Amino acid sequence: MDVKTGFFYLFSTVLLFAAFRVITARNPVHAVLYLMLAFSQAAAVWLLLRAEFLAITLVLVYLGAVMVLFLFVVMMLDVDVDSLRRGFWKHFPLAAIIGVVIALEMIYVLMGGFRDAPQAVVAATGVPVPNDLSNTKLLGKLLYTEYLFPLEIAAVILLVAMISAIALTLRQRKDTKFVDPSAQVRVRARDRLSVVKVTATKPPVPPQPAPDAAASVEKKA
Amino acid sequence: MTLTLGHFLSLGAMLFALAVIGIFLNRKNLIVLLMAIELMLLAVNMNFVAFSHYLGDLHGQVFVFFILTVAAAESAIGLAILVLLFRNKSSINVDELNTLKG
Repeated sequence: MDVKTGFFYLFSTVLLFAAFRVITARNPVHAVLYLMLAFSQAAAVWLLLRAEFLAITLVLVYLGAVMVLFLFVVMMLDVDVDSLRRGFWKHFPLAAIIGVVIALEMIYVLMGGFRDAPQAVVAATGVPVPNDLSNTKLLGKLLYTEYLFPLEIAAVILLVAMISAIALTLRQRKDTKFVDPSAQVRVRARDRLSVVKVTATKPPVPPQPAPDAAASVEKKA
Repeated sequence: MTLTLGHFLSLGAMLFALAVIGIFLNRKNLIVLLMAIELMLLAVNMNFVAFSHYLGDLHGQVFVFFILTVAAAESAIGLAILVLLFRNKSSINVDELNTLKG
């Protein structure tokens, strides 16, 4: 058992433990932190597979951006954990049975089918990757030549995701004072200033019947 | 004992099974459901990278690249919907999201 195998077992053990804690952690913040641990271990396993670019991308993009987004949302929402945990273990037997069946079947099929065949393929084709080129360079060449059109579609998908996320969570606050720019541009002078015709001299006001008013005052007194 | 493709595929299978168990256990908690989906995508990516390495074909890694892109977009939109839901219902319990039920 060489060093690489030892590292593989170390990383995969931590990865599976972290994944288990993700699904059983009581506090959602702990779940997100364990998910970050799981992704970092997965990146290490990918390094063992010589996928350096993807491993670093996983750390930078996933741990640095997406998981932090998760963390923000989990911390922003005031989640009542206790009501969500009610009946948590009720379906555990069924879930365990289904999970074990899925894992065993997949492992049986995959181990049976791929135990020795891929080694033969690698041996037949020789060195899979030319040694003078790094993984990043090869991936970049492939991405920008053969996969140029899908790459642009991926960029558009990211743009759509960004716009839709902003549009979904945007809300107008009621207590802020703001100016509608389009209404401000469309305004004309007559909307703001109106000229009212006022006659210069007022007609003489007929004198009030003073004795009447005096009589009422006297009545009140 | 050297590492074979089967080791990595088994790791991916176990990760996927754990994510399925997580979906069963956390039926009510929408956040953990999203995290379980992320774990599933990670398991699938693990298989792609392992195949790419052992078959000597770089196209698998390109595919992982695109899966990562789509997963990032998915989680961003999912979290936005989650925030919107919490703002409207003050809860992320999946059982309470029955407004569209006929």
